[in-house]
Amino acid sequence: MYIREQEEQTLQEVEKKQDKNIISDETIEYVGILAKLELSGEEREQAKKDMKEMLDYIDKLNELDTAGIDPMSHIFPVNNVFREDVVSNGDDRENLLKNAPETKDGSYLVPKTVE
Amino acid sequence: MKEIRTFTARKLAEKIKQKEISVAEAVQAALEQIGSVEGEINSFVTLDEEGAMKQAARIQKEIDSGELRGPLAGVPAAVKDNLCVEGLPATCSSRILENFVPPYTAEAVLNLKKAGAVILGKTNMDEFAMGSTTETSAFGITRNPWNTDYVPGGSSGGSCAAVAAGECFYALGSDTGGSIRQPASFCGVTGLKPTYGTVSRYGLIAYGSSLDQIGPVAKDVADCAAILEAIASYDKKDSTSLNRKDRDFTAALKDDVKGMKIGIPRDYLGEGLEPDIKAAVLAAAKALEEKGAFVEEFDLSLVEYVVPAYYVIACAEASSNLARFDGVKYGYRSREFEGLHQMYKKSRSEGFGPEVKRRIMLGSFVLSSGYYDAYYLKALRTKALIKQAFDRAFETYDVILGPVAPATAPEIGKSLSDPLKMYLGDIYTVSVNLAGLPAMTLPCGLDEKGLPIGLQLIGDCFQEKKILTAAYAYEQTREWKNCNIQEVSA
Amino acid sequence: MSREYETVIGLEVHVELATKTKIFCGCSTAFGGAPNTHTCPVCTGMPGSLPVLNRQVVEYAMAVGLAANCSINRYCRFDRKNYFYPDNPQNYQISQLYLPVCRDGSVEIETPAGKKTVGIHEIHMEEDAGKLIHDEWGDCSLVDYNRSGVPLIEIVSEPDMRSAEEVIAYLEKLRMMIQYLGASDCKLNEGSMRADVNLSVRRAGEEAFGTRTEMKNLNSFKAIARAIENEKNRQIDLLEEGKKVIQETRRWDDVKEYSYAMRSKEDAQDYRYFPEPDLVPLEISEEWIEAVKSRQPEFQPEKMQRYKKEYGLPDYDAQILTGSKYLADFFEAVTELCKKPKKVSNWLMGETMRLLKEQEMEPEDISFSPENLAKLIELTEEGSINGTVAKEVFEQIFAKDVDPVSYVEEQGLKTVNDAGELRNIILQVIKDNPRSVADYQNGKEKAIGFLVGQTMKAMKGKANPGMVNQILRELL
Repeated sequence: MYIREQEEQTLQEVEKKQDKNIISDETIEYVGILAKLELSGEEREQAKKDMKEMLDYIDKLNELDTAGIDPMSHIFPVNNVFREDVVSNGDDRENLLKNAPETKDGSYLVPKTVE
Repeated sequence: MKEIRTFTARKLAEKIKQKEISVAEAVQAALEQIGSVEGEINSFVTLDEEGAMKQAARIQKEIDSGELRGPLAGVPAAVKDNLCVEGLPATCSSRILENFVPPYTAEAVLNLKKAGAVILGKTNMDEFAMGSTTETSAFGITRNPWNTDYVPGGSSGGSCAAVAAGECFYALGSDTGGSIRQPASFCGVTGLKPTYGTVSRYGLIAYGSSLDQIGPVAKDVADCAAILEAIASYDKKDSTSLNRKDRDFTAALKDDVKGMKIGIPRDYLGEGLEPDIKAAVLAAAKALEEKGAFVEEFDLSLVEYVVPAYYVIACAEASSNLARFDGVKYGYRSREFEGLHQMYKKSRSEGFGPEVKRRIMLGSFVLSSGYYDAYYLKALRTKALIKQAFDRAFETYDVILGPVAPATAPEIGKSLSDPLKMYLGDIYTVSVNLAGLPAMTLPCGLDEKGLPIGLQLIGDCFQEKKILTAAYAYEQTREWKNCNIQEVSA
Repeated sequence: MSREYETVIGLEVHVELATKTKIFCGCSTAFGGAPNTHTCPVCTGMPGSLPVLNRQVVEYAMAVGLAANCSINRYCRFDRKNYFYPDNPQNYQISQLYLPVCRDGSVEIETPAGKKTVGIHEIHMEEDAGKLIHDEWGDCSLVDYNRSGVPLIEIVSEPDMRSAEEVIAYLEKLRMMIQYLGASDCKLNEGSMRADVNLSVRRAGEEAFGTRTEMKNLNSFKAIARAIENEKNRQIDLLEEGKKVIQETRRWDDVKEYSYAMRSKEDAQDYRYFPEPDLVPLEISEEWIEAVKSRQPEFQPEKMQRYKKEYGLPDYDAQILTGSKYLADFFEAVTELCKKPKKVSNWLMGETMRLLKEQEMEPEDISFSPENLAKLIELTEEGSINGTVAKEVFEQIFAKDVDPVSYVEEQGLKTVNDAGELRNIILQVIKDNPRSVADYQNGKEKAIGFLVGQTMKAMKGKANPGMVNQILRELL
């Protein structure tokens, strides 16, 4: 019994190493909450597979030694772009609201937000 | 009339200036061609015939009065559907924006209008510019005018197909990871992705904000230079816009590459590249060498890491940029839902297509707690290394020459089933976006199937002129000079 | 029981900056206005729109940072905080996580327990959200983006406070400092200053912090004090019962005087921050910092010294007046007009403070003009009205900003200085009060007070009391 348990554990560990990017249902659910996307059963299975494949591929980056390299978010050393504190916009409500799916009294209408 | 649509934009503008052709006639010629081929090609998402005729009348007056004299005055053009034009829908080829009509116009389009462009309509694209085939559009695929069984490439497939099919004289596209260069090469037209910050992104519906640039799709190099000169501007509405003093791009149209140092990354010619493409690209290099350029192969390095780094960064930014599409302020809202969060989820799940959802999911994941360092920061560090590799290369070379894609246009329906394989097709284009560099593509031959092959020329930051000179010089040697407009077999 | 525990409190204070325009677009920040009339593509998150940073926001943030002894980060950047909520039009908030504008500051506070330094962890810039109005009739909410994009700074303290008193003292200090800078009006009730309280408890003497909770929706100092007391007790009760405190965000309901967890399956609280690609970083030069320093105003300690020296005010007056920038400004404005600093101080510290307190108002809510208080002081000084009348007139000024000169004229409140008329009235008073007269004549000095009072009553308060006294003594 003891031995079997140990064997199983080792197998799991090996599997874990080989397939560290296996995406669980919980992960897909969680990412769906973050991204506000609801996937159907079929879509969900596809998403798990796609994401695992992409992550396996992205893991290729781990071959690169990036120690001491600063993450580069902006390409050019351009800094300090400002506007002056002067009102330049008037009331453009009608134009902006035109595209809204639902409006009421000059406001955007949404399902009740619970606080 | 039929002859008109073979003209380049500059030639047409010249004829209009000489009063040989009226602006209305030019628009008519484009609309006629659209009428005859659009059923087959489907380049456009929105066509604005009435508006085009109105613009034509106004622009004709401005030309006649001498107000408008630029090299593009009166020329009909098309605009990719992720660029806002006031009063015209901007759908990004997505259901979620099907009814969105922006109340403002993108700065690049405003600049085009100032140059006297007639905007015919909005062109089809991969949904939110995510794709390499224009097959992810919610409004039908676009077909390659060279052979309608093949895709036009993407994501600016509509813009490139429209130019290739003579439906317009030039078009604007956007390039986040090759979205101008790859479809331009698949459609046998000329396209340019400028240095990041050269063309204002205001009014461009963002995909990857740190990578997106708007650029021209045209029939030849000179048109590209003229269009870029028109759309490039310093825009205070875009904080990443650069105040460049060297926007006289047409000054670079010289047939002179004597002493120009051209490097061909050996890593771009290896395994996976179709032999026809390799041969055509090397032949183009030879032609430039014969004109006095110094050409050699070199090791650029890191090529196998550009695609994963790119997809991490692009998807991360996209997951945030596309969060605003939620059914509150504009766009699609699901009909039935219970409560706020379900409204969000259903609207977004019904409104976005599979490829967009795939990238939003991946982007959300790589930014999520516990993964940010391992994926996102790792990708930004890789980006820094890629930039360094290009910096080193440009210490030696004026221009980097290579292919645009490992293969010519794939057949319709063959790409989407294997996303990873599709992403690998971006291997020669995405690093340019990561490093903010300018690059262009122009046709350099046909493969055994008769499909166009594109040559890619990459410059250091702000060195559009060098790649324009190299491209222009090569274009003079090319037998197939005016990039024949393909007759679409109906 | 609770004596065995120590409460550890850190504050996140949001302050709306007093810029004319929003942080990333040219829309007005003016309060009020019909819904969505101060909006544009940028602050409603329209696709294709891009943010451009308002320079004044950086200046204000730096000014507050310098006043709070922070070091200014020479290189700072904006990040996106991603979460879905309808008041957040882009579904991300542009904020600063990795490289905030200010770090490592401190402010000194004073409570009855003594002086103490509260550390400032950081100050960062960010955009405010829109407003949600809950429709009472339907099952829906309305979104107004007028406040969306209004600039905020968030001042994050170290967990250095141990009681509600310290928290209030800290907030009052911050408020005074920021008001002195003119960087914000800091009104808690209007939301231009908002405090989130991070609180944990630990057994006295323990080194490690306990698990903390974050309390939101605290709209007044009183609410803050009540919420702290309540949360402290809640956590101690949990620990005493052997339960664990859960790290969570709680919302305070000041009417019901309790808080509840803001937990939902749909709020993962995983904000996926990353550098904002649409904005370029900031490089703040030494020169810029020096320029902001040189423009820093006179803060309370210096102002207090000046009031004592320049106006000859006693310590106590100078302290109270400079305790609020609004009060100090008002004092200076009135003094400039009437040149009687001590009189002005008396009016502000006495009647003004009394009425403010009575009506639960702050000095910044004063709505009357300095001119009218100056005029009132002149009226009393020249003896045109007496003290009682002056107080009555002041109440009118306080409430309706009336012009005291015309008010006194219209209401016929001017002091009667005609000795003949007064003499006749006093004769009548003497006649009507023989007992008091007798008392006075029998040496009861106090009785004269009663007679003065009777005379004033007969004169409807308009007599000069000194004159009444003098004539009475003459006649008796």
